[in-house]
Amino acid sequence: MQSILLIVFLPLLAAIVVGLGNRALGNTVAKSLTTGALFVSCALSWPIFLGFIGGTAEAQVVPVLQWVQSGALSFDWALRVDTLTAVMLVVITSVSALVHLYSWGYMDEDPDQPRFFAYLSLFTFAMLMLVTADNLVQMFFGWEGVGLASYLLIGFWFKKPSANKAAIKAFVVNRVGDLGFMLGIFGTFLVFQTTSIPEILAAAPGMSGSSIGFLGMRLQTMDVLCILLFIGAMGKSAQLGLHTWLPDAMEGPTPVSALIHAATMVTAGVFMVCRLSPMFETAPVALGMVTFIGAATCFFAATIGTTQWDIKRVIAYSTCSQLGYMFFAAGVGAYGAAMFHLFTHAFFKALLFLGAGSVIHAMHHEQDMRYYGALRKHIPFTFWAMMAGTLAITGVGVYWLHAGFAGFHSKDAILEVAFARGTSLGTFAFWMGAIAALLTSFYSWRLMFLTFWGKPRWADSEHIQHAVHGQHENPDEEHGHAAAPDLHPHEGTAGYHPHESPLTMLVPLGLLTLGAVLAGWVFSHAFLDDPAFWGDSIFYNEALVHQMHAVPLWVKLTATIVMLLGLFGAWLAYIRDTSIPGKFVEQFSLVHNFVYRKWYFDELYDLIFVRPAFWLGRQFWKRGDVGLIDRFGPDGAAWVVAKGSVAAKKVQSGYLYSYALVMLLGLVAAVTWVLM
Amino acid sequence: MGGFPILSVMLLVPLLAGIACLFVEAKAARTIALAATLVDLALGIALWLNFDIGGAQWQFTERAPIFAGFNYALGIDGIAMLLIVLSVFLMPICILASQSIEKRVGEYMAAFLFMEVLMIGVFAAQDLFLFYIFFEAGLIPMYLIIGIWGGQNRIYASYKFFLYTLLGSVLMLIAMLWMVNEAGTTDIPTLMQYDFPAGAQTWLWLAFFASFAVKMPMWPVHTWLPDAHVQAPTAGSVILAGVLLKMGGYGFIRFSLPMFPEASAQFVWLIWGLSMAAVVITSLIALVQQDMKKLIAYSSVAHMAIVTVGLFAFNVQGLEGAMIVMLSHGLVSGALFLCVGVIYDRLHTREIDRYGGLAINMPKYALFFLLFTMASIGLPGTSGFVGEFLSLAGIYQANTWVTLVCATGIILGAGYMLYLYWRIAFGVQKNADAAAMPDLSLREWLMLAPIAAAVLWMGVYPESFLAPMRQDIAALDARLSRAAPEGDAHLVAGTPRAEAANAVGGTHSVGHGEAEGAH
Repeated sequence: MQSILLIVFLPLLAAIVVGLGNRALGNTVAKSLTTGALFVSCALSWPIFLGFIGGTAEAQVVPVLQWVQSGALSFDWALRVDTLTAVMLVVITSVSALVHLYSWGYMDEDPDQPRFFAYLSLFTFAMLMLVTADNLVQMFFGWEGVGLASYLLIGFWFKKPSANKAAIKAFVVNRVGDLGFMLGIFGTFLVFQTTSIPEILAAAPGMSGSSIGFLGMRLQTMDVLCILLFIGAMGKSAQLGLHTWLPDAMEGPTPVSALIHAATMVTAGVFMVCRLSPMFETAPVALGMVTFIGAATCFFAATIGTTQWDIKRVIAYSTCSQLGYMFFAAGVGAYGAAMFHLFTHAFFKALLFLGAGSVIHAMHHEQDMRYYGALRKHIPFTFWAMMAGTLAITGVGVYWLHAGFAGFHSKDAILEVAFARGTSLGTFAFWMGAIAALLTSFYSWRLMFLTFWGKPRWADSEHIQHAVHGQHENPDEEHGHAAAPDLHPHEGTAGYHPHESPLTMLVPLGLLTLGAVLAGWVFSHAFLDDPAFWGDSIFYNEALVHQMHAVPLWVKLTATIVMLLGLFGAWLAYIRDTSIPGKFVEQFSLVHNFVYRKWYFDELYDLIFVRPAFWLGRQFWKRGDVGLIDRFGPDGAAWVVAKGSVAAKKVQSGYLYSYALVMLLGLVAAVTWVLM
Repeated sequence: MGGFPILSVMLLVPLLAGIACLFVEAKAARTIALAATLVDLALGIALWLNFDIGGAQWQFTERAPIFAGFNYALGIDGIAMLLIVLSVFLMPICILASQSIEKRVGEYMAAFLFMEVLMIGVFAAQDLFLFYIFFEAGLIPMYLIIGIWGGQNRIYASYKFFLYTLLGSVLMLIAMLWMVNEAGTTDIPTLMQYDFPAGAQTWLWLAFFASFAVKMPMWPVHTWLPDAHVQAPTAGSVILAGVLLKMGGYGFIRFSLPMFPEASAQFVWLIWGLSMAAVVITSLIALVQQDMKKLIAYSSVAHMAIVTVGLFAFNVQGLEGAMIVMLSHGLVSGALFLCVGVIYDRLHTREIDRYGGLAINMPKYALFFLLFTMASIGLPGTSGFVGEFLSLAGIYQANTWVTLVCATGIILGAGYMLYLYWRIAFGVQKNADAAAMPDLSLREWLMLAPIAAAVLWMGVYPESFLAPMRQDIAALDARLSRAAPEGDAHLVAGTPRAEAANAVGGTHSVGHGEAEGAH
């Protein structure tokens, strides 16, 4: 299985060559190199994954290079391939390859294409390093590496202040999580004297009863370690509290949102919890926290999703919400279900994002859904692809046939297992998940209805007007609108004709559609019910799986019922009587504002973190350094010694050399005296 | 290299070249300086290649008594060797970076070459007083470099620099005299094994601390650094950040820790407290700077605080981490000052707001600047990460509170560096003159590329740098072990749980460890 070396390092090689060659290479060469590398990686990844499905492959570790050895702390570069890694390999390389291809069309007019493709490939490399890590530090390398790539890609259109702000915000908020991750690694090393994941997992149960001092408190060792590590996961996977960067990350080009902020990077936290699942299983408090945060996030993000107008932001909040499902699945011990949802979600969410990109492309960079409408007939292929994505995310399927779109298999399993877990937290998660599923269905269909149904409302869009009047617009003008909740665009097309996207964009859409339709049905058995498939790569809870299948019928039907309710609600409000949303907003303006303003998290953080940091910085500088230390230190001394400048004037006359000589002679005299 | 006095030659080459520079005109001085520093670089590489890892602790020793027990004694261990290599690596780059100096070139080059002599001398000296001479004399060329070739407010800056650094040295000299009297030798390796009485250690430690804390610089005696950096010419800043700041850390690792282990443990909270204050306060100050050099100078103070907590973690990870942070910071902050110099040479301003959008007209520059920015904020794969990670891993074993506070530096550091990068390289080209600046010249590329390579090398394969010092750190760790403060973790074993947390169905045998309260 040496092919793993190629899988991981080809994208790096492509990124370096294209990144350094940049414009000298030319667009076509740059695009071909990176995309080619990714397709090779992808082609090499699937056999590994299928090998694990078929039970022929075995877990192994390919050493690469020594990294750090410092006393007892030592970790090396190595690539670990087991079932869990194999799942991530196909997700990452497949979506990445398709996104590379898609970007040929989407970024066609961009003047900076080599840079874009180099970043994409660099991201893929870092993500692959993350999932193949055999020790916590290499995982952290990948963790920060994807953070760098995410920073660069969010800020790809770096002329825009909003893109820069979003990029920095993403990096800094992630660093808050990384602080937890780092402390978690330190603590793990302190306890286990190793950072090797297999060794930690093997030793973890033995430490489960121990206690440790942390910040002056005495706590259960494993709970402390797992909570610290989970804080890292919360940052990367945008969970409640550390989620604020994800919606802003939509400033990046849409293919980036699909790859990084939907299918791969943001799932790294879920991957981490699953990778360390035997360790988390020794930490009941930490698992409780995982369940609670996941459940709260899935509900919280879904509420915001129902009110946003920017098509990408809706999908971003949806991602946040779906990650919540994965976390509470892991929290109740259903790591297989969490990974299964990660797997299916990667396909249908990438599909939704790329579909949204295709819509944005067709609508000349307009992202506000209020200016959409009636696009069904104009861009039919995109419409059908988005439809498949919507059916998948809302979990459409028939229970009695055991057949449905991807989300039907994975999301329903998560709800069932949360209920089956039987604890109060599990039940809480079940209900939160059920409500969120209703909201998911509502906002997903709202998106579809606003975009593809009704009458055209394009006339007032600035972007469309630019297009009609022949003004060229760079893709870097892709942006959402400032929050204006009471905007009522007029109907009309302004003579604009949306055009279907080029083939390079439609082919990835088609392939992802296939994934959104089939991934659940085909792989459901392996992921959910096959302990042999997972091997030792995750903690597989067989008893829980049996209980999951034994939940009452109403639990099994809950997801389908709420999905239908959501669909009905969206149909009522956005097709049947389009005045309903306006009336609702008027009636419940307080609630609506709270949700529309994203629960005021950004405002709150700005108030308690960002502003004080700058204020404190100025105080420490002007009052501390200048006003206190300098004033009573050197400046005071100068005043006392009197006229330091007079002495300093002699600098240029070689006064200092005299000083040096005197010092030397004095020293020699002193030493001689002492030694004699 | 048996018998070849390589360290003396490394001192002699820049010394002679420096004297020569005083007497020739500008162009020749530049050539002589570059040639001499390159020869020293070659010798430095030879030094590294011939250093016997795992061999004797002190290698390349030379000894010649001068008079009355005052010895010309040179010799290096792995720690000193790495710092010497760092110094000779940065010197030719500094000479290249001094192209824009036009005033009194001969003397300028001479000052730098004398500086190199003194820097190598500090790290190579094995005699206490020889060390002292090199250590203090290093002030003089730097004072001149700032005072003569500096910016508008150079007199104030050089005066402040001198006043601060002089302050500590007097106390250190007195302490040294007492030590020599007590131990009866000036030989540093012997003194490192000498056990001073615990009561005396306290005062000796404080006297050395006064000097090293200023050199480091530790908060609150750091305020000379921003001014010195701002006023110094580019190459001066590089040497200041790259090598001079390392003398404080070297002092701690060579003198304070091995010679006064008990006192070091006694004052551990002083060091930790000042370091925590430094990380938070200077990082926040860096956030609001409008002057590029000042921002990087303040970030240096924060980084040096990671060095001090690592050193005073009293374990192998902390010590090795501190060393790697020193080496890494020497490269990265040096490179960042070079990056500032590159655009300062074009626009003659350090004001951040005068730039913007440089990624458009200077893409190569933007790439280098990005790499060094990332190294500065400790991105894994760069040198910054390895040092920071090991240092913090070390201090975590000693105290979790200190770790938490110091680790906030990774958040704040990302904040101020990325904010800087945005304002310089990203954004729109709002100033026509900044937008018209040409990309890196070949000379500038030659300055930055070697540092970039070293930064990545140290990040991906730090073993090259860890191996030479492993044995010396282990020896130091062994010597410190008798005084090392106990960590706050106090891991207490308990009865392992019988089942996984999410076990269902079966009998719930609750195996919660109840072994708490042993402390």
